[in-house]
Amino acid sequence: MTSDDIPNGKSIRTRAADLFLSDYFVLYMSLAYVAVLAPWLPVLLTPGNIVNVMSNMWPLLIVAIGQTFVLAIGGIDLSQGSTMALTSVVGAMLIAVSANPANLDLAPIWGTILTENGGPLAGLPGNVALGIAAMLLVAVCVGLINGAAIAVFRMPPFMVTLVTLITISAFAIWMTQSENVANLPDAFIALGKGDIVSVYFGAKDESKIARKVIYSAVTYPMVIAVFVAVIAHIILSRSVFGRYIMAIGINRKAAEISGVPVKRVIVLVFVISAVCAAIASILYSARLEAGRPSLGEGNFLLDVIGAAVIGGTSLFGGKAKIIWTFFGVLFFVLLSNTLNLMNLSSFQVDMVKGGVILAAALMDVTRTNLMRTRTR
Amino acid sequence: MTAGLNTILSFEGLSKSWFGVPAVEGLTLDVREGSVLGLIGQNGAGKSTLMNMIGGVVAPTSGRMLWRGALYQPRTAADATKTGIAFIHQELNLFTNLSVAENLYIDGFPRRFGLIDQKAIQTRTQSILKRLDLDVSPKTIVGQLSPGERQLVEIAKALHNEASLIILDEPTTSLTPRETTRLFETMGLLSAEGRTLIYISHILGDVAEHCDDIAVLRDGRLVDSGPAAEFPIPRMIRSMIGRDLSGMYPPRSNQPLGDTLLRVDRVSQPGVLHNVSLTVNDGEIVGLFGLMGSGRSELARILFGLDPVQSGSLELRGVILSGGPRERIAAGLAFVTENRREEGLMLEASISENLSLVGISSFGRGPLALVDKPSLAQYCEKTKQDIAIKAGNILVQPVKALSGGNQQKVVIGKWLLKEPKLFILDEPTRGVDVGAKFEIYSLADQIAAAGNGILFISSELDELIGMADRIVVMSRGEVMGEISRPEFNSERILQMAFREAAA
Repeated sequence: MTSDDIPNGKSIRTRAADLFLSDYFVLYMSLAYVAVLAPWLPVLLTPGNIVNVMSNMWPLLIVAIGQTFVLAIGGIDLSQGSTMALTSVVGAMLIAVSANPANLDLAPIWGTILTENGGPLAGLPGNVALGIAAMLLVAVCVGLINGAAIAVFRMPPFMVTLVTLITISAFAIWMTQSENVANLPDAFIALGKGDIVSVYFGAKDESKIARKVIYSAVTYPMVIAVFVAVIAHIILSRSVFGRYIMAIGINRKAAEISGVPVKRVIVLVFVISAVCAAIASILYSARLEAGRPSLGEGNFLLDVIGAAVIGGTSLFGGKAKIIWTFFGVLFFVLLSNTLNLMNLSSFQVDMVKGGVILAAALMDVTRTNLMRTRTR
Repeated sequence: MTAGLNTILSFEGLSKSWFGVPAVEGLTLDVREGSVLGLIGQNGAGKSTLMNMIGGVVAPTSGRMLWRGALYQPRTAADATKTGIAFIHQELNLFTNLSVAENLYIDGFPRRFGLIDQKAIQTRTQSILKRLDLDVSPKTIVGQLSPGERQLVEIAKALHNEASLIILDEPTTSLTPRETTRLFETMGLLSAEGRTLIYISHILGDVAEHCDDIAVLRDGRLVDSGPAAEFPIPRMIRSMIGRDLSGMYPPRSNQPLGDTLLRVDRVSQPGVLHNVSLTVNDGEIVGLFGLMGSGRSELARILFGLDPVQSGSLELRGVILSGGPRERIAAGLAFVTENRREEGLMLEASISENLSLVGISSFGRGPLALVDKPSLAQYCEKTKQDIAIKAGNILVQPVKALSGGNQQKVVIGKWLLKEPKLFILDEPTRGVDVGAKFEIYSLADQIAAAGNGILFISSELDELIGMADRIVVMSRGEVMGEISRPEFNSERILQMAFREAAA
């Protein structure tokens, strides 16, 4: 990059720095991590575990993509997890085909929205599509509220989304009195686990293959997540809107004076974040076969922001790439998976994750300094 | 001033380039021990890069430095301090929350029984302050000192570190005349002690008076050097800008046209503006002069829809201006703000990203408005050529790597795509050197010659007299009067600005 480099025969230091600054650094890191651990954890590379890693990866990727947009403008969205919970409950209560009064008769929605015969959309044509539309609509509303408070009233994103997190999470729990809403239509559940292409490793002559030995290669969550990632990548890196996002992240004042529609972009970014949360909520609810008011609780937020930051997206704005987030999510899911395979308790897993995020933050600082010395 | 014959520091073919653009090129120069060397040059001439190389902040691309005849290769600022080199910067590097003594000892406190030996610190600091004739207690918190006293504390720090070469970079910018005199006395003292000084300044009179030798940098090269006695100021200027200074300002190449472009009519905003009216015609440069707090920048912000306005009207070609910056840009306004780092530029982003920010939407293609990168790159390259931005690869070079003048050209350049009818230029030459100023003036003249109007806000009366067709004077939020070019008279304008004149 600099004129100082001699084209042939770069020093090892320069090469190491090149690798460190590369977009693919976290991918290499993930591969190296797998290569080191594979001999000790033979189960790591079995088809079953790979399928497991991938199925954990797709919904998290979608949420982290939404967060990447918010981080790019120098914001933060703490309310993604609770948006997942709320949309999960709303979707489930509309499309449930039946419900159990023993669990739900104390819930405020019982008798009005949800009855023993399910939700208001139960049995109607296009019920799944309508339910999904309702979930997305709720997310758009959450995003609009967040965005408007932040862009128009200039409140700090941390505060606004923290309040949203507490409020809508409590609302979701109150609606069902913290019970799950189960009995969702099969068409909806298929979205969470339905295979499009499956793989079977074994002899061909058996007439009946046990479900357990068929490995799903291409699933609906994968197709949806990859589609979202590709669109998000194009928007963030190649569109005018993406340029606006980066401009706001680097210097909001200069962007405003240069005619960037700052408020509109900020509102839209928070809507994107919430909609991504809702899409992930569809996948999670389908996989769990229930609307769950506690979805996205606990350390979910840590996973999302951690994955984005490990990828290389800056918490200060103006520096973000979807491909970074993709690799960050991959690394994070691999990390969780391997720690679980080592039979560590969830507390130990979280302690390690915390350390890794700290290391990622340190890496970000080092990378920024390296970039600075190179471009000076 | 007893300059010896020994060389304390010498440069041999020293070079440093950024992105292939040389900042310092083949510099060979000896600094005599005990002398005062005046180093002058425009912004971007390579002074800062040279200082950073001496200070161990950046490494040279090629060439070498010798300290008392031995190879000198500093890797960190601490290396330079250890060698005996001290820097006094224009922005002082003091801890304003600590005492004078603590600032001196910040990089190594003497200890006694594991605790800081306060007594030793106080005694030694006291003796250094006495040598500098600075009458403050070592316990005084630096934040309470005046800029001049802080400067002396910096020098005290240099003495504490036993520096034999002290480099003063624009030390007088924030000092009062009395403090400046005192600084020069101190410099004489240091010189008498046999210390070597490098003095960097834009104030050529000071350089002529207080230096033994003078070296002039231009475009990273040493273009002229010699004893101060043979260096009258005109020679300095000629060497710095490479031509005579007869033309500080380009001649205005057009006459203003008759049609009113901008009409500001009785605009008021409580506490900011009171009943302000002015006009700008097509092809006219209107200077807006006023002291700090006169409301000139506030008027610009109101014009651009950034601040609220209570009453009055703003019209551009008869169309009433309303809404925020987006609407004003669409109506044909462009705004170059007074602080380009905070409001004008995305410093970390590349030059082309900055140049394209305002006009980016017209490069959007298709339903997702994807940026047409080839035509965008082509456009940015053309803008770079048109306004002569001195840069390497504009696609990767960050705008913060440019000199002040080139940064300002980027800020102006980013508006050109929108073909604005009225440019508001707020202090466009602040922090820009003589040569780049000329280029910015020429750019303003070209813009006006194309039939557009310019509202040129400045606190430098000379440049308004040099460039404007008409000057409007403001004071405390009111328009005090206006004068057109044939009647320009700096005394009268200043009187209006100070509200001394009987109107």
